[in-house]
Amino acid sequence: MVDISTERAAKEGSALQVKEVTKDFPSQDRNNVRTLALDEVSFSVGAGEFVSIIGPSACGKSTLLRLIAGLDFPSSGELRVGAEAITGPNAARGLVFQDPNLFPWLTVRRNIQAGLVALGVVREKRHEVDEFIRLVGLEGFADVYPHHLSGGMAQRVALARALITHPKLLLLDEPLGALDAFTRMRMQDEVLRLWQARLTTMLLVTHDIDEAIYMSDRILIMSPRPGRIDRIIAVDIDRPRDRSQPGFLRMRSDILQLLDLAGQGGMGER
Amino acid sequence: MKELADANQEKQVDALIEASSAANRRSERPAGKSPWPALLAVPLALAMALGQHGFAAANEPPAEAGLYTYFLSGLLVLAIAALALQPIWSGLRKWMLNTCPLIAAAVLVLVGWELVTSVLHLLPLPYFPGPSGVLLSLVNDRDVLFDSTWHSLVLLLGGYTLGVALGLISGICIGWFPHARYWGMPILKIVGPIPATAWIPLAMVLSPSAMFSAIGLIALAVWFPVTMLTASGISNTRASYLDVARTLGGRRAYLIFNVAIPAAMPSIFIGLFMGLGASFLTLVVAETVGVKSGLGWYVSWAQGWAEYGKVYAALLIMAAFFSTIMTALFKVRDHVLAWQKGVIKW
Repeated sequence: MVDISTERAAKEGSALQVKEVTKDFPSQDRNNVRTLALDEVSFSVGAGEFVSIIGPSACGKSTLLRLIAGLDFPSSGELRVGAEAITGPNAARGLVFQDPNLFPWLTVRRNIQAGLVALGVVREKRHEVDEFIRLVGLEGFADVYPHHLSGGMAQRVALARALITHPKLLLLDEPLGALDAFTRMRMQDEVLRLWQARLTTMLLVTHDIDEAIYMSDRILIMSPRPGRIDRIIAVDIDRPRDRSQPGFLRMRSDILQLLDLAGQGGMGER
Repeated sequence: MKELADANQEKQVDALIEASSAANRRSERPAGKSPWPALLAVPLALAMALGQHGFAAANEPPAEAGLYTYFLSGLLVLAIAALALQPIWSGLRKWMLNTCPLIAAAVLVLVGWELVTSVLHLLPLPYFPGPSGVLLSLVNDRDVLFDSTWHSLVLLLGGYTLGVALGLISGICIGWFPHARYWGMPILKIVGPIPATAWIPLAMVLSPSAMFSAIGLIALAVWFPVTMLTASGISNTRASYLDVARTLGGRRAYLIFNVAIPAAMPSIFIGLFMGLGASFLTLVVAETVGVKSGLGWYVSWAQGWAEYGKVYAALLIMAAFFSTIMTALFKVRDHVLAWQKGVIKW
């Protein structure tokens, strides 16, 4: 799998380039002081690659994802998809949040087809909706309202909704963070299956080290205050991965150690 | 993995079934309670009413007394027929078990009313006629009452529709566009709280006919709450819904019409209900002072002739008229906000 995705990356070039991106916000408590959320963050993601970002809370992971989605703009630096700069939200970049954020007034089917309606192509592509409902295994729940769904089911609807516009890049902001451990592991396989089926480039923000190792080709480790990329780790374990395999566990303890160091007194390692 | 998924789905279906049966159970009566008190309450109360009326009828004009006797007897026949049918018609039985205590209570109110008026003469005439007098007025004046109701309906629906349309437009603009909010909010805050009826002197001068001014006033009364609650509903749309819609490629029209407005619907309906209440009030006042038709006009006309039986008859019609319209709006809400069922308690 690693080979395939690297090949894909080589063929299609980088799907996402983040160059020296800095983002600051006006400080909550004091005027004229700006809090630095991201400090000159640079990385790129290859087409078809699965990259995870992990780091302690408040390290700017979600801010970074919002910038890539185009929902927010950097204070300085550059974000590009292929040759184009990111100037605003676009259906080519899907975003799935920790909260599924399903529209409660729409049934499962209508939630999933929301993107088609937004783009005005629902008439031509209505047949795809059933395909996506099947893809996430929600046949029989198409006409149910979201509050009847469990957390895992709701998140699957959110995934289908984000995928129906065929985004080239799917941004996942701790999408499995609110699920119980069992549902979570099942959903990890689900996301991997969707990734392999749809050839979508994935950028996953998570605070779960196992999840990052289990799913990604590469892991970006971020450190907080100000948020920056500490280290990039390539996960060269064959897929499908086994969570109890020695290589997996070794990488897990390496990352844990890294994060501990990053936590103690900040940048000691660097 | 597959089995796990199946088991999970099964669990979810079970949860669904359980939730819906819990909702049903709430409206059911506790088991083991005898149904007879509820079933027999109405015939017994009617028998009581007839007995007392037979005693009171001696002092009343025969036309009045006779009509009320027919009315009560007719009801008694219906009640007995229902009692006979309920063992074989389970829908009727369910409805009766639920509703009969209320109907019996209403009949007892009639009994009490007749007791203090026609029997004991505790209240002064002509201001407080007995139920038989009111019934006679209702039947004798039915043509005028029907015509008045029709005119009120036209005024009400005209004014309400206009007010809702304007209120939705201004509410959506104020709720969505910062500029509209900046300029619109002060107007809303200053003009809105003035009761629509306070504009009556101005409306009479400005408008070519009393009909137009009444529709305008009702629209104004409806406009304020609808605008206010639509605007607040729209501007309180969860930012994350809008973020999702934008990442799905939604443009402004999609964000307004497919996200903000549906999200604001619960709030909009509160505005619609408040506006409906305001429209009833404004309707009656406008009909009393300007328009020469309608139920409000009828009440003040009957009062002018000291025919209080007609006043109460018109009040009864109003109660039925307004509550029917209110019920209709509830039905619309239940339909539009069906997705809320289970999210909040109604």
